[in-house]
Amino acid sequence: MDRRDLLKTMGAAAGTALVSGGLRAEQPGAEAAEPVAILVDTTKCIGCRTCEWACADAHKDAGLEFPEDVDFSVERTTSDKQWTVVNRYETEKGIIYAKKQCMHCLQPACAAACLTRAMHKTPAGPVAWNEDRCMGCRFCMVSCPFDMPKFEYHSAVPRIQKCVMCTERLAEGKNPACVENCPAGALTFGRRSELLEQARERIYAEPEKYVHQVYGEDEVGGTGWLYLASVPFGQLGFRTDLGTTPFPAYTREFLYAVPVVLTVVPPLLLAPSRASRARAAAQTEGHDEEGNA
Amino acid sequence: MMAASQSRRALVAAELRRFGTFMLRELKPKGSVLTPFNVISGAIMLVAAVLLTIRFARGLGAITNLSQDYPWGFWIGFDVITGVAFAGGAYVLTFMVYILGQEKYHPIVRVTVLNGFLAYVFYAGALLLDLGRPWRVINPIIGNSFGVSSVLFLVAWHFMLYMMAEFVEFSPAVAEWLGWHRVRRFLAGLTLGAVIFGITLSLLHQSGLGALYLMARDKVHPLWYSEFIPILFLMSSIFAGLSMVIFEGTITHKVFRHRVGAALHASHDDIVVGLARIAAGTMFVYLFLQLLVFVHGQRWSYLGTGLGAWYLLEMVGLVALPAALFIQGYRGRDLRVIRTAAVLTLLGIVLNRLNVSVIGFKWYAPVRYVPTWMEIEVTLAVIAAELWVFRWVVNRMPVLGTAVGLVREEPSREARAGVLAA
Repeated sequence: MDRRDLLKTMGAAAGTALVSGGLRAEQPGAEAAEPVAILVDTTKCIGCRTCEWACADAHKDAGLEFPEDVDFSVERTTSDKQWTVVNRYETEKGIIYAKKQCMHCLQPACAAACLTRAMHKTPAGPVAWNEDRCMGCRFCMVSCPFDMPKFEYHSAVPRIQKCVMCTERLAEGKNPACVENCPAGALTFGRRSELLEQARERIYAEPEKYVHQVYGEDEVGGTGWLYLASVPFGQLGFRTDLGTTPFPAYTREFLYAVPVVLTVVPPLLLAPSRASRARAAAQTEGHDEEGNA
Repeated sequence: MMAASQSRRALVAAELRRFGTFMLRELKPKGSVLTPFNVISGAIMLVAAVLLTIRFARGLGAITNLSQDYPWGFWIGFDVITGVAFAGGAYVLTFMVYILGQEKYHPIVRVTVLNGFLAYVFYAGALLLDLGRPWRVINPIIGNSFGVSSVLFLVAWHFMLYMMAEFVEFSPAVAEWLGWHRVRRFLAGLTLGAVIFGITLSLLHQSGLGALYLMARDKVHPLWYSEFIPILFLMSSIFAGLSMVIFEGTITHKVFRHRVGAALHASHDDIVVGLARIAAGTMFVYLFLQLLVFVHGQRWSYLGTGLGAWYLLEMVGLVALPAALFIQGYRGRDLRVIRTAAVLTLLGIVLNRLNVSVIGFKWYAPVRYVPTWMEIEVTLAVIAAELWVFRWVVNRMPVLGTAVGLVREEPSREARAGVLAA
């Protein structure tokens, strides 16, 4: 009886260990050798919003819209109809425009959060979303440090909406729509390592003009969008408190503990249960003997 | 040969007919239908059915206040996260009875496991209402898309496996109800395995619900966020579950007085006093952990703010105070004090889970999330539906009585012998 219980428990433990086997915090191939990236030089941006228009135009199928008139006095966020927005900031160096969209993290929290791998890091670098897999739980939205995934709350078949770095255009060998159409030359598409070199070159060439930081180089372990600016990034609506640890790492210890708990706890529970049953059996025997005496 | 198989067929047919009439009789409501409770809860469920039709036709935004800033609202924060903590009593009690051998608590194991099982089915099931694309919910289970790096993947799997484990734990009661004694013996043999499996799963998903917020570290207010949140969720699920057992027991004993078996009736007060003692002990451990986190996280500076007062209300008014009341009630064997403590503790858990998931979530957002009346209405309907099923089961299966107080009117001699043996 006891051995059978033991076997059952071990079987159950092994089963769950298999189920949870290979739990890990990072996505496989998360850091592709040479991911693509986009460099934004906010000192060149003129706030014309052509990138917003180009983005909406390139992704009409996804239901994106381009609002003709916007009020620059309020900071806008991306939405389920807009994957990118340009905001105006009053800074110590006057008015500066900054384009915001999904940052395409090297180790994305959204992809680590996704329990169906609908949100995933593509080998080339962009973070994309697979409609056929998503169950609409919105855990990616909870986890994203930049609050970029957006959800269609007014649809019976809702989608997650966010910039996908024009994966379909990249596949055709074209640049992302926003980069292609930027009239001010504020956006540059290329290999991330090359863009980082370029960003540093610009800082060194004009050390007075730029703050000596590339936003996205180290933030949350590095992102696929890199920013140059003439003022501290906090003044341009960037979160500067996110740290340099990749977000999936924050769940690593917990996920590592799972297979350990699943295999160690059942035998630890079995031991006292056997002991207490043995004790109970001894007690009844004792009673019997007393009764007989 | 022919005659034998024919008579066997006739026997099976007769048995099936008997089973059919039995099921038909059991499916009918017992007692009067038009009670105030039925009318009110029925109306709540009807309204919810209309609201949910709108929700599935026009999207979540049609009846909820969920937004891009608040992807998870009342349905997740209360129904799922709080509901699962309340259901923690089942793993705690099965641990005490089957692992530690504290037979004293055996009479309430069945009702607690039933409550836990139904809580998972209904409150974790309410998750389906919140999913944008619920028809894809099987994706992480059938294996075409295992997101093994996700804490939610783990929680989802554990919810499902734990529901099965709890059903196995409860299944002997179903077998007794149906009079299937051989099946019952087989199912009872699975209990210990299910219990051990269930406790292990509970440890992981109770803490896993807290671990969901590990990547939301910059969104949850620093008074409620810490990297120890999984451990805090696990610890608090112990006394949350026990308080729920005390609270539910009080109500169940009034409402289902006629169904309470002699064993449970005799020992009920002893059980409640014992549970109060354990709850108090775990609450002091929890408070100590919270204190460590408080010091470690250097949270003093937040105490002067409005949310600081809110935090103190939770920790002092709804954890420390009920813990002291539990002790007082335990020392003086005062059930009224214990019940008060249980209710305060439950309120504290509601507050804690909502503070992490809703109230303290994006506390800096310009537009805060407040649930619509419709979200609360649907939640009430989920609770009402659970109570209906609970009542149906308790009125038919041997849940509150022990295995001996069987429900079937005329058990055969063989059956009676089987039951007594068990």
